[in-house]
Amino acid sequence: MKNEHAILPERSQSIRFSECSGDGSGIKCESESVSGAVSQRACVFCGARVVLNPITDAFHIVHGPIGCASYTWDIRGSLSSGEDGYRNSYSTDLREKDVIFGGEKKLAAAIDEVMAIHSPKVIFIYATCIVGIIGDDIEAICRNAEEKYGIRVIPVKSPGFSGTKKTGYKMACNAIMNLITPVELPEKTVGVNILGDFNLAGEMWIIKNYLRKIGVTVVANITGDAKVDDLRKAPTAQLNLVQCAGSMTYLAKQMEEVFDIPFIKVSFFGVLDTSESLLRIAYAVGDTETIQKAKAFIEEEKNRVIPLLNKYKKNLEGKKAAIYVGGGFKAISLIRQFSEFGMKTVMVGTQTGSKEDYEMIQHLVDEDAIILDDANPAELESFMKKMGADILVGGVKERPLAYKLGIAFCDHNHERKRPLAGYEGTLNFASEINLSMNSPVWETISQGGMKYV
Amino acid sequence: MLDLTPKEQSERSALRINPIKTCQPVGAMYAALGVHACMPHSHGSQGCCSFHRMFLSRHFKDPAIASSSSFTEGASVFGGGANLKTAIKNIFDIYNPDIIAVHTTCLSETIGDDLVGYINDAKIPEGKIVVHTNTPSYVGSHITGYYNMITGFIKYLAEATGEKNNKLALLPGFVNPGDMREMKRLMTIMGVEYIMLPDTSGVMDAPMTGSYNMYPKGGTTISDIKDLGNCELTLALGELTSEFPADFLEKKCKVPYQTLPLPIGVENTDAFIMALNHFSKNEVPYEIDEERGQLMDILLDSHQYTYNKSVAIYGDPDTVLGLAQITMEMGMIPKYLVTGTPGKIFEEKAKMLFDKFGLEGCVAKAAADLFELHQWIKNDSVDLLIGGTHGKYVARAEDIPLVRVGFPIIDRYVHSYMPIVGYKGAIRLAELILNALMDRQDRDCEDEDMEMVM
Repeated sequence: MKNEHAILPERSQSIRFSECSGDGSGIKCESESVSGAVSQRACVFCGARVVLNPITDAFHIVHGPIGCASYTWDIRGSLSSGEDGYRNSYSTDLREKDVIFGGEKKLAAAIDEVMAIHSPKVIFIYATCIVGIIGDDIEAICRNAEEKYGIRVIPVKSPGFSGTKKTGYKMACNAIMNLITPVELPEKTVGVNILGDFNLAGEMWIIKNYLRKIGVTVVANITGDAKVDDLRKAPTAQLNLVQCAGSMTYLAKQMEEVFDIPFIKVSFFGVLDTSESLLRIAYAVGDTETIQKAKAFIEEEKNRVIPLLNKYKKNLEGKKAAIYVGGGFKAISLIRQFSEFGMKTVMVGTQTGSKEDYEMIQHLVDEDAIILDDANPAELESFMKKMGADILVGGVKERPLAYKLGIAFCDHNHERKRPLAGYEGTLNFASEINLSMNSPVWETISQGGMKYV
Repeated sequence: MLDLTPKEQSERSALRINPIKTCQPVGAMYAALGVHACMPHSHGSQGCCSFHRMFLSRHFKDPAIASSSSFTEGASVFGGGANLKTAIKNIFDIYNPDIIAVHTTCLSETIGDDLVGYINDAKIPEGKIVVHTNTPSYVGSHITGYYNMITGFIKYLAEATGEKNNKLALLPGFVNPGDMREMKRLMTIMGVEYIMLPDTSGVMDAPMTGSYNMYPKGGTTISDIKDLGNCELTLALGELTSEFPADFLEKKCKVPYQTLPLPIGVENTDAFIMALNHFSKNEVPYEIDEERGQLMDILLDSHQYTYNKSVAIYGDPDTVLGLAQITMEMGMIPKYLVTGTPGKIFEEKAKMLFDKFGLEGCVAKAAADLFELHQWIKNDSVDLLIGGTHGKYVARAEDIPLVRVGFPIIDRYVHSYMPIVGYKGAIRLAELILNALMDRQDRDCEDEDMEMVM
């Protein structure tokens, strides 16, 4: 393979395109990034931090040098209905002498200092890259603090190098299990937990509202707009709904094992997925009445939303979409949404998609669509241009790249400004991509030929 | 809402709340982006590189390119030598930069990676260059990383050939591309031939062209960095940022240096222009006199709106000191000056400024954080805040107008294109400050006090 698409030889197995390995034999994924690649991926700490961050009344102390706390300070757009503790940045800001003599004392003191200012119910202590290397026993410090203050102080083992972002999701899930596992299994209640929605732009609220309308009680939101006391009730739920499968399937499996809670995977992106998910939830937990309610609600929403979507459709039909997002599950939802809009997905990539995700993706896109795992900007540029993409859906690092290429963009990551979940989210999504693709700004910048006339 | 800061202050020695700094590597990455056709390389876990690129992208609204050694468990046990070797090969094979600028991270520093050894052992293609600097995240701040990377370039590349080039070496300080452009404009007008390191203009403010250029047109060239060793003089702008590399260049290549504050405000810009004037021996052209005169005119016209207004300024040390200077020139009282970057010299310099303007009761603190500043403000408020985005919650909680200046600004556009240095930059700052104060007056005044003409 030639390097016209800016692909490292080691990367060729992580990319599927027609001239290369379009035999459907699978794509290399869930592996470490190649050294030297300009990867868009983050680390274990990042994965752990993003999953736990939305727990609004928890305190999050990042144990390490300042950077890890700085970069993750209130950047996720997870909304809260009350508490704000999680929107501040707490760190031990380790200095050279701490690295030499150990950071244990400083961490213990930092916990004391948080306790002097606030009365948290739970403190999460994130271990970053160097904590293990300098040998801090953060578990012991957490235990001591728990005894001293009678609150939960939970270690999150998340050195950046110890795997991929997905490993971080697991570490966060372990921390959640640590928090919610009771001494004795409680009585079951009627209701479900929502796993893997982080309430970006208020999406958790939309989903909860839908469930309320069809008569399904939500026990705990994990972790969007979560409160510690609600999380502790999670073991009593009868069913887990897993939305962000990449981050939360692991937790769902543990909860199934320990608390005997079955789970189903759901998606609230797009009319199809939302409707299907609501119906599946109704069947899974509900009696006839719930099912009836769900059907009626879906019908009502479809009747409301589809005519509005059709108005956008004439602007969107036939356009080509490129996707580069964190998880495979979201990519799948997006491909389905684009096809609802009459758009074609010509390139799709993820940072952490699994083998199953990629198999599903291959089924959903055309033969000639590009599929790539853990891509770099050069690859994204090359394939978007080759495929003539009209819009890229991605995150913060992809936005300026798309704009430099003159390609429209929609943030489907933590910089989304409007909720993109549920029926209204689908409308918002259509409106956003319409706005970006058909903004008058393209007229202005495409008048290149008129320059200096 | 969004106000978790109690008025009562408690002793803190271990806990950092709401920092005004970040770690060394991001500064190193920014410096390396200011070298033409350079790939900044982060020798550590993947997250570092990803976070830094995101951080820079959010501020500049431009792609920030960098590669990572992508450390694994194995690398953290056995050292990152193999990772770096593979990385260097891959980067040259596929991204084809002219130069790779490696910086370390807390991880690679703590496990004791020997970068000099690794780079010596690496296969580097003919005509290509790899340089490095050590940027332990637990020392200093992003400002330290920035000047360490500049020093790294000088260390590897600058050489004195014995033949002077009659050029000025300009170290611009930790500033935006818009500031670097303004410095270059002033030097050109003053007839000064210069080499500026780094120069992120044309890189982090690259124009939209319809194609993505991994190495945009801007950036200091390698031959210019080499030629730094033949400069007559180094002008190190921002004493707490640029003196270290200037001193290194002097030691290595015997280029004498002069340090100056960042040219923010009247007096600091005067000093910069005078230094250029001394260097070039050219008359200061009318164009610059005119800009200075316009600034004087503006300060005079508007002084009643700024006189005795108190202001809290937070951010990077040299930027804060420069902003303190201009606010005092506008008759304001910089009641609180704080930086997250450690170093008592910041406090000493601030004290000298307070003394110079005969101000009492102003406080300056290094290694501070926004939580502490917020507590000070709760106990004794100010009329205005100046700093980056992260102060917006303080501004909201206390209902104080915020002028966004410095790094990072991740919630507004255009700022990185516009200078705060030079007389033009001072005029811009005056406009920003006046608008903030006067908009507030319009918003808050009683109906009967609402004035059409101000």
